[in-house]
Amino acid sequence: MVFPYHRGMATLTRADVEHVAHLARLGLAEHELTELEGQLNHILEQYAKLAELDTDDIPPTAQVIDLETILRDDVVRPSLDPAAVLANAPERDGDFFVVPAILGGD
Amino acid sequence: MSPMTPDAADALTELHAHDMAGALRAGIVSARELAAAHLARTHRTDQGLHAWLSIDDERALAEADAADARLSAARAAGPDALAALHPMHGVPVALKDLVSIRGGQATAGSRILEGYIAPYDAHITERLRAAGAVILGKTNMDEFAMGSSTEHSAYGPTANPWDLGRVPGGSSGGSAAAVAAFQTPVSIGTDTGGSIRQPASMCGVTGMRPTYGRVSRYGIVAFASSLDQVGPFGRDARDAAALLHAVAGRDERDSTSAPIAVPDDLISLPAGDDEAAGWLRGKRFGIPAEYFPAGMDAGVDARIREAIAALEAAGAVVEPVSLPHTEYALAAYYIVAPAEASSNLARYDGVRFGHSIRGGSDYLSNYLATRGGGFGPEVKRRIMLGTYALSAGYYDAFYLKALKVRTLIKRDFDLLWEQGFDALVAPTAPSVAFKFGAKTADPVEMYLADACTLPVNMAGLPGITTPCGLSDGLPVGLQFIGAPWSEAALFRAARAYEGVTAGAEWRSMRPHDLAALEDPAVPTPAERAARH
Repeated sequence: MVFPYHRGMATLTRADVEHVAHLARLGLAEHELTELEGQLNHILEQYAKLAELDTDDIPPTAQVIDLETILRDDVVRPSLDPAAVLANAPERDGDFFVVPAILGGD
Repeated sequence: MSPMTPDAADALTELHAHDMAGALRAGIVSARELAAAHLARTHRTDQGLHAWLSIDDERALAEADAADARLSAARAAGPDALAALHPMHGVPVALKDLVSIRGGQATAGSRILEGYIAPYDAHITERLRAAGAVILGKTNMDEFAMGSSTEHSAYGPTANPWDLGRVPGGSSGGSAAAVAAFQTPVSIGTDTGGSIRQPASMCGVTGMRPTYGRVSRYGIVAFASSLDQVGPFGRDARDAAALLHAVAGRDERDSTSAPIAVPDDLISLPAGDDEAAGWLRGKRFGIPAEYFPAGMDAGVDARIREAIAALEAAGAVVEPVSLPHTEYALAAYYIVAPAEASSNLARYDGVRFGHSIRGGSDYLSNYLATRGGGFGPEVKRRIMLGTYALSAGYYDAFYLKALKVRTLIKRDFDLLWEQGFDALVAPTAPSVAFKFGAKTADPVEMYLADACTLPVNMAGLPGITTPCGLSDGLPVGLQFIGAPWSEAALFRAARAYEGVTAGAEWRSMRPHDLAALEDPAVPTPAERAARH
């Protein structure tokens, strides 16, 4: 063991795990939820290490290089070939993807 | 040219890419012969290695013929035209299976992308074609590049050619193993937390993660977008540098790719060992104490310290330095990377491409079934971690905190660059290649395999690993970490170390299990892993 584990309080309940799975749109089997509850808490214990650091006055770093946003020239150019793109569609209707209905219902 | 004997063809696969380049220009060998030799060796030896997810003989040979045609034309046009060809011209290359090749697969090691056909070329694919490189096929990887052993591939693990009972590292394990086993001279990987450097170290080859922004990610399956970079593997510094030169540079389709010139130093590294070693005189290297924790693998520690002594003996100035926030990098990384992954992987909804389960009672049940069935266990863990870290009430405590710690990690490095260090020297991985199954039971054990590499990703820096000997008969990697855009200097450092150790006995050693790969009855890595 090179870098030590950090023991802390478990923070996720089974209900939390189910809620996060729902937010992530992951359909998980019972045994997966059980396994994840243990594993996620074990990983979250490692996060507790960060609390040792006082970061109140530290700005966050979301990206690391000093680049301004660069805009490309606004010129017309070919897009992807629709036939090649639509060839990957699980379900299509002509040049359209068939999308599951998200409004209404029975 | 007359057909080659198998032995002569195999000899071609053991050349360095820079030797291939010379032989191609001299007309001693054709690109077709090089491609055919590598394809033959790969087909013959991959049962026991499983470094590849697809091999496209037809396309490779067609590309090789095109390269030969350009070579003939250049030879006819004169020395200037020949000299203008890229060093990668006619040289075989393998791509990690998350790089798009138009009309080909790009599984990212996942079932959810099984059957997906890329409708366009990645930027680096275009660049490789322009350089005249010959793409042999696609290599195995941990699913969505999440892992450190290639055991998380949905298509079965890859073995390490030094010991077929061990992992090649990961996530770019296929790309590393294929280069080590002479199936290809060079290959492409991606490095989000060490996924090029760690497997290169464990397979005894050279690998570089360039500065964030050096190579366009257009057409490459995303994992964590503030950390991902594309980089090369090779059997020496010159080969890896030439491959980086071929793919690096600004691409307006990736807004994070930087408009910074790609140095031609990458294709003019010294051929002579003494000249290469001479570069070290007066160079200043920092040795970060935090990368040598108490209890680290004794053999790795010994090899790294010997390597540092060799650099010093060659005239480098070596000084102990500190990167005090190193111990926080792992936790911060395992918040930032999963958070970005959970966002990036939201696109796999079964509507436009990829695995799709339909026919549920409503749209939500389709999503749950598609994603629940398409992603493997490690990807699900990361999506869950990231979703949790970004969810209401926890964003500040986890994600924002991690971004602030990222600032501290970056500042540690910045302070050393301000003090004028040419590079930092450290181990690439805390251990040599481990056995199948050794770290799969505990995700945190697996995460620790990247402890020496992921701080570099958090700071956006370039890092290179070069072989520095064996421990228990397995390769150890020496890591040089540099300031942003210092890739050429890192390659010079790695090349210099090759020069200093050119006569070392371990340099002439080949992976122990190359002979076993020739056995038609050799077990597959999946069969070996199942025994553990």
